[in-house]
Amino acid sequence: MKSFIKKSPWIIHYDGSSCNGCDIEVLAALTPMYDIERFGIINTGNPKHADIFLITGAVNEQNKEVILNIYEQMPNPKIVVAVGICACSGGIFKDCYNIIGGPDKIIPVDVYVPGCAARPEAIIDGVVKGLSLLDEKIAKSKAKSKAKI
Amino acid sequence: MLSLISVACYLVFAPFLGGLLSGIDRKITARMQGRVGPSVFQSFYDVAKLLQKESLVVRRSQTIYILFFFIFIIFTGALFFAGGDLLLVIFSLTLAGIFFVLGGFKASSPYSYVGAMRELIQMMAYEPMVLIAAVGVYLVTGTFYVKQIMAFNLPLIIFLPAIFLGLVYVFTIKLRKSPFDLSTSHHGHQELVKGITTEFSGPALALIEIAHWYENIFLLGLIFLFFASNPILGIILALAVYFFEIVIDNSFARMKWQFTLASSWLVAIILGCGNLFLLFLI
Repeated sequence: MKSFIKKSPWIIHYDGSSCNGCDIEVLAALTPMYDIERFGIINTGNPKHADIFLITGAVNEQNKEVILNIYEQMPNPKIVVAVGICACSGGIFKDCYNIIGGPDKIIPVDVYVPGCAARPEAIIDGVVKGLSLLDEKIAKSKAKSKAKI
Repeated sequence: MLSLISVACYLVFAPFLGGLLSGIDRKITARMQGRVGPSVFQSFYDVAKLLQKESLVVRRSQTIYILFFFIFIIFTGALFFAGGDLLLVIFSLTLAGIFFVLGGFKASSPYSYVGAMRELIQMMAYEPMVLIAAVGVYLVTGTFYVKQIMAFNLPLIIFLPAIFLGLVYVFTIKLRKSPFDLSTSHHGHQELVKGITTEFSGPALALIEIAHWYENIFLLGLIFLFFASNPILGIILALAVYFFEIVIDNSFARMKWQFTLASSWLVAIILGCGNLFLLFLI
């Protein structure tokens, strides 16, 4: 069956410990200039409605649980996009005493969008790239469930 | 036989028309905001996607309530298009709303809880006006049966202009448009996440969407009732009212529940009761 997720990927955006630079770029993608809604993308702000998890900023001791919680509340199939260099590796905050690193230290990340700050075009690119991964993911989970039977 | 056909038409075509309407709504909204906007079929893509997603629930019974909400919305519309009793239509619409609220309460997250409470307040706000409209229609036509109201030879708007305006006012609540989209809306709620629908995911959310499509078509039917003697004009004006609601949606910020309740009751008293009073005088 054809997957409709590409036609309507809904996003939840979480700010780890970002400097707000990448967050502003994420929100810029919603403005009339970039208008991601023309691809059916909606910023839901609700993990239970979301298909794509955008994380900006590195993970610290305090928001570790929050990120895990959001990830677990999202219904499958889902993808995680790390936006900005801090979300890819920890960036300039990497060696701080409270920083664990990128979100890939606690949840599986599918797409990395580097940049400081990541440009809106790059973020949209990352999301689109993630969507093409999603098909593979669905196929894999189907193969797995078939193997089980 | 005719009523059977119109019910069948409603059951089959309402979701398509409703989905298309909400797609066009989003497109127009986007154009008003200077954006390109999604495809007009976007709502169908959304629902198709939601049906393919995993169903995550807090409590299993919450989906049952949504199922009943869905069934009763369809029942409401079917009863209306079958030419049934207008009062029964309104009560069944209320019952559907109650099931929706129960679903929101059942999910027991703070956001859906507050959303469900606001939904109750919204129902309290629009209910008097809708009932007064039914009474007004009865006073003019002498019947509650939609079939006979449709057959009335003059457009009801001539006798009930103020009631019609009042109904359009509470329609903003019913269509979940700003400034009265308190309980949930299409746009992400910043203070309430997604309100009453927060805890519903996947197929349950799809069911809510489809129920709203059915509901919107029924509501347009209610507007149509005021111009029923001239069907073509009726359809055009019903769509015009919907367009007017989109304009309102895009030009107002969300109001508080106090304003929603007070203003819609004020509208019900002044426009609704005033019109009834005039009918008595004439």
